[in-house]
Amino acid sequence: MQALPAFDEMFGTGEFYDARSPEGVTTAYRAIRQWLADSPQELMAARRAQAELFFRRIGITFAVYGDAQATERLIPFDIVPRILTRREWTRLERGLKQRVAALNMFLADVYGAQEILKAGIIPAELVLMNPAFCLHMVGRQPPGGVWVHIAGIDLVRTGPDEFFVLEDNARTPSGVSYMLENREVMLKLVPDLFDQVKVAPVETYPEMLLETLASVSPRKQRGSHPTCVLLTPGQYNSAFYEHSFLADKLGIELVEGSDLFVRDDIVFMRTTEGPQRVDVIYRRVDDGFIDPLVFEPTSMLGVPGLMSAYAAGNVTLANAVGTGIADDKAIYSYMPDIVRFYMGEEPILANVPTWRCREPESLMYVLDRLPELVVKEVDGSGGYGMLVGPHAPKATIAAFAAKLKSNPEKFIAQPTLALSTCPTATDGGVAARHVDLRPFVLTGADGVRIIPGGLTRVAMTAGSLVVNSSQGGGTKDTWIIDD
Amino acid sequence: MRIRVDYRTVYQYASAASDVLQLLRVQPAGHEGQHIVSWRIDIDVDGHLKRAEDAFGNITHMLYPDGPVKTLSLHVVGEVDTVESHGVLSGGHEPLPATVFLRQTELTRPDEALRALGRQVDTGDALATCHRLTSFLYEQFSFDPDVTHSHTDAAHAYALKAGVCQDYAHVFVSVARSLGIPARYVSGHLVRNDGFVTQPAAHAWAEALVPDLGWVAFDPTNGMCATQAYLRVAVGLDYRDAAPVRGARRGGGAETMNVAVTTTATGPNQQQGQIQTQA
Repeated sequence: MQALPAFDEMFGTGEFYDARSPEGVTTAYRAIRQWLADSPQELMAARRAQAELFFRRIGITFAVYGDAQATERLIPFDIVPRILTRREWTRLERGLKQRVAALNMFLADVYGAQEILKAGIIPAELVLMNPAFCLHMVGRQPPGGVWVHIAGIDLVRTGPDEFFVLEDNARTPSGVSYMLENREVMLKLVPDLFDQVKVAPVETYPEMLLETLASVSPRKQRGSHPTCVLLTPGQYNSAFYEHSFLADKLGIELVEGSDLFVRDDIVFMRTTEGPQRVDVIYRRVDDGFIDPLVFEPTSMLGVPGLMSAYAAGNVTLANAVGTGIADDKAIYSYMPDIVRFYMGEEPILANVPTWRCREPESLMYVLDRLPELVVKEVDGSGGYGMLVGPHAPKATIAAFAAKLKSNPEKFIAQPTLALSTCPTATDGGVAARHVDLRPFVLTGADGVRIIPGGLTRVAMTAGSLVVNSSQGGGTKDTWIIDD
Repeated sequence: MRIRVDYRTVYQYASAASDVLQLLRVQPAGHEGQHIVSWRIDIDVDGHLKRAEDAFGNITHMLYPDGPVKTLSLHVVGEVDTVESHGVLSGGHEPLPATVFLRQTELTRPDEALRALGRQVDTGDALATCHRLTSFLYEQFSFDPDVTHSHTDAAHAYALKAGVCQDYAHVFVSVARSLGIPARYVSGHLVRNDGFVTQPAAHAWAEALVPDLGWVAFDPTNGMCATQAYLRVAVGLDYRDAAPVRGARRGGGAETMNVAVTTTATGPNQQQGQIQTQA
């Protein structure tokens, strides 16, 4: 694959790696640069082997759809950490808070007074006709007024100060278990490096998540803690490992739909000591499957009556039902306007310029420039069904053009961004690989909590821009260090 | 017209079923043409009925029996005064913007044949188009309770050109929406004028949003607009949203269900009905 000229987070340019050149190393990477210089290739290889062993022992796996060989396999982990300085992070953090606040206000509005539709900022039918706009939430407000308790905001970088939001994940974002595991492994692997560099801790995430969930409990009890559970679709779900890992770290029960039942609009968990009332459900089951009485009637993953308990205000679901309208790719292109409308200020984090193929002029532009663009399905995720123009053969582009013409409203297009690169350990030595960053933003009734850093995803193939783990991408530990 | 509805649904399980719960949409809300005189829901087991309102403004009840049940009987009885409005609905509770009724669903999504039907009946005028569509379905479809199921979609029913009132209604809303006319599914009861008072199931029809008139009820199964003989109970995007009962249970083995709906025109005549509504 042809490499795009990209910003390298260690050297500042994307030209060539020269491990001997001491010049031009960014502040962030000074210690890492030295560490890499002091580590011969055999030592790096030994560390990689050791890291793999740690992960095998932990058993972190990820089921990959469409991979008949193995339903589960190890996600590649890169032992070279990705570094951001405190100064860089502080700006990102402000931008993330602003963005997630706007997402929550947008949801409260579209399911409430619909001021943003009345003001003509977003075409009403784009929201009202959208399958992600859940009619059952119209006129309702979730406990504590919080819709997106857990947000994963995907950021990409193209220059020293150029960060863009690639997409918002407001439904059931995953990946935080990798953030936690990666740090655990790095602490074991290179403890001395942590002595030299002051790295912001991420270990407090489970505690912060539990506080967030407790803050939105519908029952305000004295003395006792609300009962929170994690609802998983079960062991065949691609993220089941994460569900079980998180439930364990949070110290809450991991339940499947059949472990819960609803009586008199109250949710109970079956336990050996009898039914126990449930206050907050951290659910990793999609909207359409959570209650067969209201949504997909054949779903075995949900809890019959859950929506009645929810509507009665007796249980909190995190995230709320209907948040998919906020991270819909068709809505994404309106995010800068959404931020301005609710926050009354300019967005701190920029959007990637986006063409909405539903608009005829944009469609013509996109069809003319397909080989340069990235085209995504409006309701797709995980890197499935997208076209990366510069890397696609002509036949693929032609086939995609036909799909675009027949269903333009299903697609958006963006320029192919030269994602920043980071030093990454490969079989052929340390080399530059493209990365993105998914920070996790927690919103409770009592405020916003953000763990410094997040999950860095890395495209392990030279020149590749696709970082999704479902497409063979790997992960890195992410360090926020004092400047 | 005063309409009296009286029906009993009996569920029998081969063995006791636990965690039985049912989401009921069996109680009508009032509007200008439909005044609820009385309405009762009785169950023959210990338990609770929790009343709520759904997204479409329908009155819902969650039925929670206290323990496992072997048989469960639901008895619904009520009286409603209706006024002739030639299908035009007014004074109804509309919590959702009309645009959402342009959404197709799994049960209404049109295939090429349904789109073609849309082009065939389209007159450019929503009211005339809906009348043509209603007449077309009445004439071209045959009522046949044995060829479709509760999960049959509009495209499948149209390919068969046969089905029950649910299928007629799904085809109607599918085609209307494909032409940009907001349309919705209605479940309710109909007093038949052919002498039958006991019917195997309740009735279903459709409403379309017509400029200047608002929502107008069309019954493609009977080839006409709704009259005062129609009692409107619940609406939704399709059958699933408006179904009288959606239930769940654990265990219980085979379920048998008996339902007999009696709808009769009784009591005060039409004129008295109007007087009561105005009062």
